[in-house]
Amino acid sequence: MADPYLRLDQLEVTFTGGRSPVRAVNGVDLTVDSGETVALIGESGSGKSVTLRAILRLNPEKKTRIGGKVTVGGRDVMGLGNKALAQFRGGEVAMIFQEPLLALDPVYTLGDQITEAIRRHEPISKADARKRALSLFERVRIPSPERRLDTYPHEMSGGMRQRAMIALALACNPKVLLADEPTTALDATVQIQILLLLRELQREFGLSIIFVTHDLGAAVEVADRIAVMYAGRIVEEGSARDIIHTPRHPYTIGLLKSRAHGAMTKGRRLDAIAGSPPDLADLPKGCAFAARCTLATDPCRQTQPELIQTETGTRARCLRTDQTLTRPGELVGA
Amino acid sequence: MAQAVLPPGEIEVEAPVKAQGYWSTVWQRLRRDPVAIGAGTVLLLLFGMAIFAPWVAPADPLQGSMIDRLKPIGTEGYPLGADELGRDMLSRLIWGARFSLLMGVTPVVFAFFIGSTIGIIAGYAGGITNSVIMRTIDVFYAFPSVLLAVALSGALGAGFGNALLSLTVVFVPPIARIAESVTTQLRSRDFVEAARASGAGALTIIRVHVLGNVLGPIFVYATSLISVSMILASGLSFLGLGVRPPAAEWGLMLNTLRTAIYVQPWVAALPGVMIFATSISFNLLSDSLRSAMDIKT
Repeated sequence: MADPYLRLDQLEVTFTGGRSPVRAVNGVDLTVDSGETVALIGESGSGKSVTLRAILRLNPEKKTRIGGKVTVGGRDVMGLGNKALAQFRGGEVAMIFQEPLLALDPVYTLGDQITEAIRRHEPISKADARKRALSLFERVRIPSPERRLDTYPHEMSGGMRQRAMIALALACNPKVLLADEPTTALDATVQIQILLLLRELQREFGLSIIFVTHDLGAAVEVADRIAVMYAGRIVEEGSARDIIHTPRHPYTIGLLKSRAHGAMTKGRRLDAIAGSPPDLADLPKGCAFAARCTLATDPCRQTQPELIQTETGTRARCLRTDQTLTRPGELVGA
Repeated sequence: MAQAVLPPGEIEVEAPVKAQGYWSTVWQRLRRDPVAIGAGTVLLLLFGMAIFAPWVAPADPLQGSMIDRLKPIGTEGYPLGADELGRDMLSRLIWGARFSLLMGVTPVVFAFFIGSTIGIIAGYAGGITNSVIMRTIDVFYAFPSVLLAVALSGALGAGFGNALLSLTVVFVPPIARIAESVTTQLRSRDFVEAARASGAGALTIIRVHVLGNVLGPIFVYATSLISVSMILASGLSFLGLGVRPPAAEWGLMLNTLRTAIYVQPWVAALPGVMIFATSISFNLLSDSLRSAMDIKT
């Protein structure tokens, strides 16, 4: 098997700006092959967005300590010089953001922003760059693209803006697309359209996508593989199907149970995971989820569990997987 | 599921009829604003008057006449009366527009460039650099602006050039402060991070994203400073620190006519009326400009 296109080895990100260091990411191993979509799932503060930003080295350098290795296309990202980094950002790995209205500059037209981004990376004329921008707008299915190029971000609807944001990200033909909750700010019908668009573009361009979300439904829609993050670690990882049908980590099971799906029948309560995530400045010694886990035992609180291969296909960071076997599909109501 | 993806052109959301550039949008909006039209016309007339003073003015602004001292408005040969040395008020007001407008606009233009540069550097650099620059700027806030202008002009000596210089110094801090606060807000905005994520360096971000977003607010603020500058300049002349007599300048004229306020109150008030009209026009125009340049509404 060929080397994965993008590889994180024991990635650690610690924010040192505050009074005590905040360990946002604590040893994440992740691989993404060319043309593969991996979803990172977790609740707020689980380190998923920080992981994404670390790949592009976007976290403020003075206040951040990064450990481990990030390799993209055989190159060590942490060792890139300024010039190579500028080429790498956008040219090799591009990113789309949660709220397109905030991630687009309000005082320039979309066409100007895209041509500017293209010309930053390639020495081509304005007219040629605009032609590229136009074809990108067609690729992301923006109706009447010619006219849309000359509109300002605030003149478009949320879905159109996110399409434009995607066009902007794809402007310099990146190999990897990092999507930071790209559908969270959109309403449900538009979400599906954007997810389908991402899947289509991925096939068309052969993109690798890392898709960060806290919406399991969205993740299943686009991802080949899903990695569940908790307190800066990947607690369970496997193919999208295995994660949904036979999750083995109590946290993944909790996430699935807490989806509104199961509780749509009247009179049934929505299952929630009790408690709140641990303080990242003061992580427990053992499993970070132990305090909220109904299956936790003393060893759980004492030792950091390793990621182990379960017999149902996923890899889970849990000592009690013998207790977590569910009927396949039970949690998603299949 | 596949039908959820839009085929091109199927959903036609209403879009602006014709795509147009930023400045043409602003211009369109200003043209529809009666206040802007009014203020703009007044200013245009004033500037025209100042530029074409030698042709517009009916008499020599410096030529006095002992017999015609303090003639009232409407006297034969003196449509707006005569001052305390018998000089034609109309001609003096027209010539005075040259100095007054120059004193209003020039310091603001200089301060606009200097202040924006300082503010943007401070705002973008952040941290210690920001603190050092902005705390230094704060020192100027310890003095009221009038006092600062007077003190500087006094120290440098009276004269047109020195008055310009001291007014520039007075306007740099407020402009720098606005530039700094807008830039600081911008720095943490998503689109700046998005630009970094697509490979933009610090210079590109400042040139494109910071300047594009900062210049608008500073420009509007600077327009409102023009009237302040005019009033301060008039004040300096009034105190004898600006333009020297016998040159015509509105502030200076107001000062010299002050003694005649009981004899010819209407004539004595005329330079004040000019200052008032000019500064209020600048203020109204800057207000209209602010709403016209806010493309998000």
